[in-house]
Amino acid sequence: MFDLDLWKEILSALKQNRMRSFMTAFGVFWGIFMLVIMSGAGRALQNGVLDGVRAFATNSAFFWTERTSVPYEGFQRGRRWNYDNQDLEYIRSNVAEIEYLSPRLFGWQQDGDNTVRGERTGVFNIYGDYPDYFKIDQWTTLKGRLMNEIDVMQKRKVCFIGERVVETMFDKDEDPIGQYLKLSGVYFQVVGVIHPETRINIGGGKKEETIIIPFTTMQTAYNYGNIIHFFSVTARKGYSVSSLQEKLKKILKERHQIAPDDLQAVGSFNIEAQFIKFGKLFTGIQVLTWIVGVGTLFAGIIGVSNIMLIIIKERTQEIGIQRAIGATPGKIMTHIVAESVFLTLMAGYIGLSLGVFILAMLNKFLESQGDELFFRNPQIDLRMALSALAILVISGVFAGLIPAKRAISIKPIDALRDEG
Amino acid sequence: MIKLNDIHKSYAMGSSKLHVLKGIDLDIHQGEFVSIMGSSGSGKSTLLNILGILDNYDQGSYHLGGKLISNMSEKKAARLRNEMVGFVFQSFNLISFKNAMENVALPLYYKGVNRKKRNLMAMEYLDRLGLKDWAAHMPNELSGGQKQRVAIARALISQPKILLADEPTGALDTTTSYEVMAILQEINQAGITVIIVTHEHDIASMTKKVVRLKDGLIDEVIVNGELADFSSQYAREIQSV
Ligand SMILES: Nc1ncnc2c1ncn2[C@@H]1O[C@H](COP(=O)(O)OP(=O)(O)O)[C@@H](O)[C@H]1O
Ligand SMILES: [Mg+2]
Repeated sequence: MFDLDLWKEILSALKQNRMRSFMTAFGVFWGIFMLVIMSGAGRALQNGVLDGVRAFATNSAFFWTERTSVPYEGFQRGRRWNYDNQDLEYIRSNVAEIEYLSPRLFGWQQDGDNTVRGERTGVFNIYGDYPDYFKIDQWTTLKGRLMNEIDVMQKRKVCFIGERVVETMFDKDEDPIGQYLKLSGVYFQVVGVIHPETRINIGGGKKEETIIIPFTTMQTAYNYGNIIHFFSVTARKGYSVSSLQEKLKKILKERHQIAPDDLQAVGSFNIEAQFIKFGKLFTGIQVLTWIVGVGTLFAGIIGVSNIMLIIIKERTQEIGIQRAIGATPGKIMTHIVAESVFLTLMAGYIGLSLGVFILAMLNKFLESQGDELFFRNPQIDLRMALSALAILVISGVFAGLIPAKRAISIKPIDALRDEG
Repeated sequence: MIKLNDIHKSYAMGSSKLHVLKGIDLDIHQGEFVSIMGSSGSGKSTLLNILGILDNYDQGSYHLGGKLISNMSEKKAARLRNEMVGFVFQSFNLISFKNAMENVALPLYYKGVNRKKRNLMAMEYLDRLGLKDWAAHMPNELSGGQKQRVAIARALISQPKILLADEPTGALDTTTSYEVMAILQEINQAGITVIIVTHEHDIASMTKKVVRLKDGLIDEVIVNGELADFSSQYAREIQSV
């Protein structure tokens, strides 16, 4: 029902007190604005982080070695040790819960450049991997192909390189596929240019600066013997990666004479646990956002209620006249509440719009920055916007209720006499 | 129409009480034209407000159209006011941000009459009071007499049985006052009971009955025929003071 008279009166009442209406509305505006911006920023952080890990198998766990921290079976504490090929074979044939298992060697970065091509040189992160690695941490092929089983079996001297490697080691219009790179003294043929899908980085450095070669090739070509620096596993569907992680730790400790209570020697972590941690963090951020936003909003609402009280006081006589000529208390009450809701909604709407607009601008800016950032798509969803609007209407009603009650508690005769 | 029986009214003044009306008995019939007189502070407005159900009384009884008016809910009082009573005030009490037509139409708005119909009726009443051309003007663009005519139109539009006017000419010059009184006489001739408060004898002498208040009681009631003498008696009073 659209009541033109009601709106006319509301507008003229607000216009008569322009400055005050503005100042009051500002509180509500600011509350909603803050709510939108903070919530959007929190969401952006969440999007950024989740985007960065989405293509990463969430049921994966990682293992590396640290020095032992407990003396055991005649060994001193502080012993250095490594996984080896036999560990992997044992695990492969004895642990049924494993879906993918992918060992890795880190090519040690010597002083100076580890990559040479004619006059060009560079320092890159060189890893020896199995094809299974690409199932745990996804990469896309920009050119050429991805690693396959035959590369590993035949210990082929092939490499897969990131975009930064291409930029550094090749001319702009040069096709890297089929070309050779000398990696720490050994020539490898480039067969694939690859792009990371996730920002989870094992080994540090930029992912675009990665060179991956077959694990077996790395082990033999650089005389690593049968040691393994690191491996990743994923749990089969239906199995918990956390319990798989514990099981593997136990096996590895037994196989390498490490004290069962040595918490340091087998370094490992699982993504699932990290995801849960992140989930809690983001929930925390959202909750905090709402507390602060709603708090600010509440202050704004109190402001509106206050202003309405003052407006009512100034309009006592007018209300008296209206009641003398037949306005019922219900009518007056509706009127004042509608006015308050209107003020709140207007202010809230502007706050909401401006907040969304600024988030959109920020989003545009962030998109132009590429996908390096852990901050992405700062947006609020429809549900959030709707609940903000609902809160506004409800609080508008509450803000109007007290002044409205005050207005109708004044007897019409007293209101008329108010002229003084 | 109006039956007041031993009406008392006092106002609380801090700890003490100000006894304003001390037992008013008054009958006013349908179609009468009554003026209430008395010195300032004698309780004229108080009495009028009680008649208009704007204020309540402490003791006695008040019947309006056969109905006992006592301890009414605000909602009921508002409805009854809207139905039975039209008000005209000394200071016009027009809503400043509404034009003449909208002011006149306001009581119908509270009755739930749709916009088109009530504006049409408002124009009709403005026309009757010779203000058709001023319909779109805001109150601050009108003269005192015009404002009071708008207020009268507003009081009449809900077709009340009684028109109550508290010093309707108090803020107007003599000529304009007489014009307004002529309008009220016309309204009274149409059958509406008109009750005004005034302290001007010439204004009172244009009504058919004068009720004089003194010390919270009715001092004297002068009716129709005696009104002719009223002015001269008043003149004598002035001289003797
Ligand atoms: N709401 C009120 N509270 C206290 N005293 C009042 C109130 N209204 C009127 N009075 C007092 O009651 C007396 C009568 O007032 P009123 O009826 O307005 O007189 P009149 O209209 O005859 O001048 C005056 O003394 C006035 O001060
Ligand atoms: Mg008075």
